[in-house]
Amino acid sequence: MASHVRAEGLTKVFGDAPKKALEAQGSGRDAAWIREQLGQTLAVDDVSFEVEAGELFVVMGLSGSGKSTVIRMLNRLVEPSAGEVWIGDERVGALDNRGLRELRQRRMSMVFQHFALFPHRTVVENAAFGLKVQGVEPDERRERAEEALETVGLAGWSEHYPSELSGGMQQRVGLARGLATQADILLMDEPFSALDPLIRREMQGLLAELQSELQRTIVFITHDLNEAMLLGDRICVLRQGRVVQIGTGAQIIASPASDYVAEFVADVDRSRVLTADIAMREPRRVFAPTASPQEVLDWLAGQEANGVYVLAEDGRVLGVARDDRLARGLGEGAREIGGLLTDDYANVPPDTLLADLSALAARNSVPIAVTDDTGKLLGVVPRARLLASLAGTEVSTGPQAAGRDPNGAGRGRQEPADA
Amino acid sequence: MPELLAQQIAPDLDVAGWASDAVDWLLDNLAFIFGPLRTIVSALVGWVETLLVGPPVVVILLAFTAIAYFAVGWAFALFTLAAFLLVDAMGHFEATMVSLALVVVAALLAVAIGIPLGILAARSSTASAVIKPLMDFMQTMPAFVYLLLAVIFFRIGVVPGVIASLVFSMPPAVRLTELGIRHVDREVVEAAEAFGATPRTVLTGVQLPLALPSIMAGVNQVIMLALSMVVIAGLAGAGGLGGIIVEGVQRLRVGLGFEGGLAVVILAIFLDRVTAGFGAGDAGARGTA
Repeated sequence: MASHVRAEGLTKVFGDAPKKALEAQGSGRDAAWIREQLGQTLAVDDVSFEVEAGELFVVMGLSGSGKSTVIRMLNRLVEPSAGEVWIGDERVGALDNRGLRELRQRRMSMVFQHFALFPHRTVVENAAFGLKVQGVEPDERRERAEEALETVGLAGWSEHYPSELSGGMQQRVGLARGLATQADILLMDEPFSALDPLIRREMQGLLAELQSELQRTIVFITHDLNEAMLLGDRICVLRQGRVVQIGTGAQIIASPASDYVAEFVADVDRSRVLTADIAMREPRRVFAPTASPQEVLDWLAGQEANGVYVLAEDGRVLGVARDDRLARGLGEGAREIGGLLTDDYANVPPDTLLADLSALAARNSVPIAVTDDTGKLLGVVPRARLLASLAGTEVSTGPQAAGRDPNGAGRGRQEPADA
Repeated sequence: MPELLAQQIAPDLDVAGWASDAVDWLLDNLAFIFGPLRTIVSALVGWVETLLVGPPVVVILLAFTAIAYFAVGWAFALFTLAAFLLVDAMGHFEATMVSLALVVVAALLAVAIGIPLGILAARSSTASAVIKPLMDFMQTMPAFVYLLLAVIFFRIGVVPGVIASLVFSMPPAVRLTELGIRHVDREVVEAAEAFGATPRTVLTGVQLPLALPSIMAGVNQVIMLALSMVVIAGLAGAGGLGGIIVEGVQRLRVGLGFEGGLAVVILAIFLDRVTAGFGAGDAGARGTA
């Protein structure tokens, strides 16, 4: 399926001579040059991204990064100076006024930073505004607005005026107004940044919960990286109007595209963003169940390890060959390790947060196994590697890193084996 | 040295000549407008006057008291009753109603023209750039000059008084309408647009309601300015309180002048508090945030 919302080379110049600025941009000048030489503000500079249906796509940047302008160009509250926006296969720039209104009524709704409620209308009238504009009959409109209010936890507040509500509740009304039209695209312009931290967390929870049910396509603006990491399926980092990096939170933290992003992500609680598949690497060696106990014991001794994973031919984990069991088995005359295995290991799916791995890491003689849903071994997370990932000292990821033994230096006597 | 200071350094310009030429041209070419305009305005004033003067004084008095009660409160209603009884006791009730008719018509016309102009100015920066200096000009040009012009175009009577009041009192309606609309929270207007509202819905459903306190403040000022023209209108033979005061001044009858002035003050307090009360009351009921 094609992407749901697509921005192509979006550019916005604020000033009286946008053409000149666009020419300069075309010939490779940056925003600073254009501001100094032409007196034009290049607020958004060639921004492109694609948002899949049902995805929560975060556009993150500090103030002045052009993020609010980007979101307003999606529904043409701000007219792009150059570039295109596609909603499905509809080119937004090609719509006339009527078509644009139709698009805004039916397909995209918006939630604002300072709530932007109508102070002279009641809560339910606010929630019903989009429906009223669509021309929905009063009774149905009221019913659907009440429903939306209930969804956001505001049942019973219909007849109040916005000024009688707290900030968090006002934004719930804003959210209800956005949900009531059933538009499949929701634009959210820093919806929670004007709220107190506790209320903000509550609202983030509410949005995450709603989104798991409703599966709208959401473009979410924020300057708060933790919020971006918490909510975003993918994050687009903007700086001075340009895209610096687009990726999942884990990708951005694990391999920041520039020093700017690296500095930005330095303070993030990595354990709540990074997942097992980022921290894992290929096991140094695995054995088949037919291997001889002597061979495995020799290898373990050479590695100063005390256990190793044993896999079936299709890659499924059969168990762990531990040195004490092997030694005992050898004494009893066992010829294959297949009968000597223990299930003394932890296995997790690849999307497990590192925070959840920490508790498991210390328990077993072998590193944590990362397996897919058929039980196939994807990689292992040795404890030292987990700690390095959490500390942010281990930037290079993936199986390639395995050979370099990044954790060798830290391995002590009780360190679990690197299977 | 004093002679030097008084010396003219710029070449002579016959602005006076141009102005009177322009007036002559207007008289020659736009007479077809002035005639009907005079008839219409005169009819309007006459109609409102009949409404105010026709019924028994008691009825009008009670009506004013009721208006004062609903717009402001019972204390002000008592004041209104006492104040207009005083006016009646001085024997100027009818003259006051005649002046009120002039104020009402002038203010209504000023608001009817001023608010749309203000809306236009709020929506278009070009219009604003044209309208603003025009309003400055209208407000600072001494009111007597309008009266002079109005008398030339509409002859002696109540009509030049209304027209001069209208021109003099219109600027606040334009200004405060524009200001009120421009000061509506941008995000709130964006919100309406983001949900696909038409420009008309944005205006009538969001901008005008939210600008209402400002617009009402403008209406209040329009009425006050129109009232301040009542005396000047008296010079053009508009009658009413203006006529009484002009007579007091011309014949040096201080007492009569004072009575007329007192009636104007009472009318002013009444109109000011009532219009301000309606403005604030509206805003309050809408739960201003």
